[in-house]
Amino acid sequence: MMELRSKGKPLSFTQPIIGRITYGLAAESSILIDHSLDNTDVSDGYLAVLTKRSVTTHLSPIIHSIPSIQPLSEGDVIMMLPNGIIQTLFRVNSLDNTLFTTDRCNSNCLMCSQPPKDIDDIEYYYNVNHQVISLIPSTTEIIGITGGEPTLLGKRFFDMISHINRKLPATTIHILTNGRSFAWKNFTTRFESVNSSNLVLGIPLYSDYYLDHDYIVQASHAFNQTVLGLHNLASIGARIELRVVLHKLTFKRLPELAKFIFLNLPFVEQVAFMGLEYTGYTPHNDKLLWIDPLEYADELDIAVTYLNNNGINVSIYNHPLCLLPKPMWRFSVKSISDWKRHFLPKCDSCLVKADCGGIFATSRKVSLNINPQ
Amino acid sequence: MKNIISNTYSRKFRGISTFESEAESIYFLLPFKFHSISIDREVLVNEIGDYLIVPQGTAKAIVHREIDFSSNLYRDLVANFFISPTPVPELLNVISTRYRTKKKSLGSFTSLHIFVVTLRCNHSCHYCQVSRAAESKSEFDISYKDLDAGINHMFLSPSEELTVEFQGGEPLLAFDKVRYAVERIQLLNEDFKKEISYVICTNSTILNDEILLFCKNYNILISTSLDGPAFIHNANRFKSGRASYDLVIEGIDRTRQALGHDKVSALMTTTALSLKYPKEIIDNYVENGFGNIFLRPISPYGFALKNQKKNHYQTAEFLDFYKQGLEHILNLNAQGVFFKEDYTSIILQKILTPFTENYVDLQSPTGLVSSVIVFNYDGFVYASDESRMLAEIKDYTFQLGHVTQPYEELFLGDKAKQILNNGVAECLAGCSDCAFLTYCGADPVLHYATQNDMQGHRAFSIFCKKNMEIIRYLFEMLDIRKGYVESTFQSWIHKPAA
Ligand code: SF4
Ligand code: SF4
Repeated sequence: MMELRSKGKPLSFTQPIIGRITYGLAAESSILIDHSLDNTDVSDGYLAVLTKRSVTTHLSPIIHSIPSIQPLSEGDVIMMLPNGIIQTLFRVNSLDNTLFTTDRCNSNCLMCSQPPKDIDDIEYYYNVNHQVISLIPSTTEIIGITGGEPTLLGKRFFDMISHINRKLPATTIHILTNGRSFAWKNFTTRFESVNSSNLVLGIPLYSDYYLDHDYIVQASHAFNQTVLGLHNLASIGARIELRVVLHKLTFKRLPELAKFIFLNLPFVEQVAFMGLEYTGYTPHNDKLLWIDPLEYADELDIAVTYLNNNGINVSIYNHPLCLLPKPMWRFSVKSISDWKRHFLPKCDSCLVKADCGGIFATSRKVSLNINPQ
Repeated sequence: MKNIISNTYSRKFRGISTFESEAESIYFLLPFKFHSISIDREVLVNEIGDYLIVPQGTAKAIVHREIDFSSNLYRDLVANFFISPTPVPELLNVISTRYRTKKKSLGSFTSLHIFVVTLRCNHSCHYCQVSRAAESKSEFDISYKDLDAGINHMFLSPSEELTVEFQGGEPLLAFDKVRYAVERIQLLNEDFKKEISYVICTNSTILNDEILLFCKNYNILISTSLDGPAFIHNANRFKSGRASYDLVIEGIDRTRQALGHDKVSALMTTTALSLKYPKEIIDNYVENGFGNIFLRPISPYGFALKNQKKNHYQTAEFLDFYKQGLEHILNLNAQGVFFKEDYTSIILQKILTPFTENYVDLQSPTGLVSSVIVFNYDGFVYASDESRMLAEIKDYTFQLGHVTQPYEELFLGDKAKQILNNGVAECLAGCSDCAFLTYCGADPVLHYATQNDMQGHRAFSIFCKKNMEIIRYLFEMLDIRKGYVESTFQSWIHKPAA
């Protein structure tokens, strides 16, 4: 979810309000950002108002006395909570918008960056997302769906996709899922009815050996379910991106994993190798997971070269260039999420900074070998 | 299979050992075979063609359940479907999909349709398998009626992709028949809407502007004969008047200018003379701008029929020729020249990828009839090019009938069934338990021609002798010369010839 939050004093509402930011024109569901200095009531025609001013009475819902309003653009979608918090749910000028669906998951990966919680939150998020989808422009290029595990929404999962298909027929939908639910034929069949060429599934695979994968995701049967799910998805022509997180438990068999992917899953559109995000569970499992990227360079090199030689698209995400062998640089892609890309002070002198994947903004531990080129 | 949705998440993570102890403490064997590739190494190959190269004795250790569960080998064996922790592998669906993919060619039935439009030729090659006729005798041309019947049969094939190949003799001596056939096929295809590609197999000596313009209009590929440098080519291919080599090179240049560089391919015939000059032949191909060569063995039809001793001797010689050639080609690649050997590429695709190319000689069930069919100049229908060569020495074993007969009688008749029944390597003695089965094929015509038996005896089979050694050799290279050789091999499989 977006990190951007502001807080002020709420007035005239008791339920969360979701609307679209405007700086002038009143339209349905529009929330005015009011920069006027006098104390006139500006509620006319707006769903709600945000202001820095202090207000004592207001006809329509308002959050006032906001010390500093996050830079919001005309068309951004926000949620006003009854406690005065303003959450940004969608930014029109970003390619990193995601719809968060649930905190629940059927796996519990050792390196999860956003550890799952057992909360009955599916209906809540479904309703929020439903409104967001209705409010965002149909010109939106791409929208992500994430969790937790989105397929746990069951019927709501398919409802949400068909709602997006209806409202945003030209938008690419990128769903992050562990793919296990697709092992069930009837789930995949239902998915087929909402699937389209605009939809891409990002699915992680951490080993070619089932027990290693099951251990990493902390769930028995997970590997076989994911692989069967991938095959079911291929049979309905779904677009798939495989994701491999690089850490101490995955690096040794990267060459074997690459071979497994080409031989058994050659239909995937892309394989993405990703640097470890040092947040969530990872610091807790530091001893199991942390390895300096320099130490897995050889295995990564073999895996990437093999897949590339065999005609499979490969990318390396969120990875400092200086920790990759030079021949790997051309596979490096800046970042999955621009707001997650950060650098060290010494990176300022680096000649390749502009092309570098950098370091996860959220990471609390970085390699000591970062070295300007 | 259970879907466990844990209700509580905790930071008390389960160790790898708890997952291991949950798994079965025995393992089960999946079907696989093995073959010794050197003094100390053997290759294990499973049902879908995936392989592992391991120390000698590994197969035995696997069978005796001596593999340590925590070893990397154990992981390799499970991940590559050699053994399974459960009696029926949980990924059986994946394995069966992989198997179907390997046998994909079966689904489409006959795709290559060869029309021998004339038996006339302007050359007299000493190794020619079909008796040629003087250039002027038009009774050796196919009739329009038979051509029509063949075309009608072709459109009955369920295959969505069709290749039409015109052969001879020299097919361009009957260019009127080629033109007629292409135009008729184009017309009929307005309804059938198949993917059709055309190839003319010519010695390139009589190409003219009219023919080239026609080829350009219908995107027709030219396949020409080129046996190597002039001293080999001319010795093999006698033509009265100008030397064949100069005419062929002229023809190739002219065709490339008219149709584009990649519209011409060359086919080499190996003769006793060629066997001494692998490098020279390959260099000649490179000089003439080709990106690939097919090192084909001496055809056993005609001259060497049923002469076991001579056949075996020549197969051994051919294998030397092939290895020297392959080594030379690898050196060229190392120097930055992209060049590949076609037979190697076909086998490597089967070894290194989940896919398989349709190549008649390396298919099981055999590609005879089910991948290729030949309509001869006299209207008789044959299971392959080699089948009609046998017919030229009055052996009609592989003659399926006459083109005027109904489709079912030809393609699904008793002859076709007999050929197919004898062409399933999985059921042939020797092949059925050979580790290289997935990469190899069955060839009833060759075995009939050399052993008088469509199945043949593997121990005396030149087909087996050649394939077994080539495949073993490739595994040995993959094992001891990994890195560069493997990436060169990968580039052959995935990049089209330059
Ligand atoms: S020094 Fe910084 S900018 Fe340069 S490659 Fe390393 S991480 Fe990237
Ligand atoms: S012909 Fe020989 S190499 Fe080929 S499958 Fe049969 S036994 Fe094996």
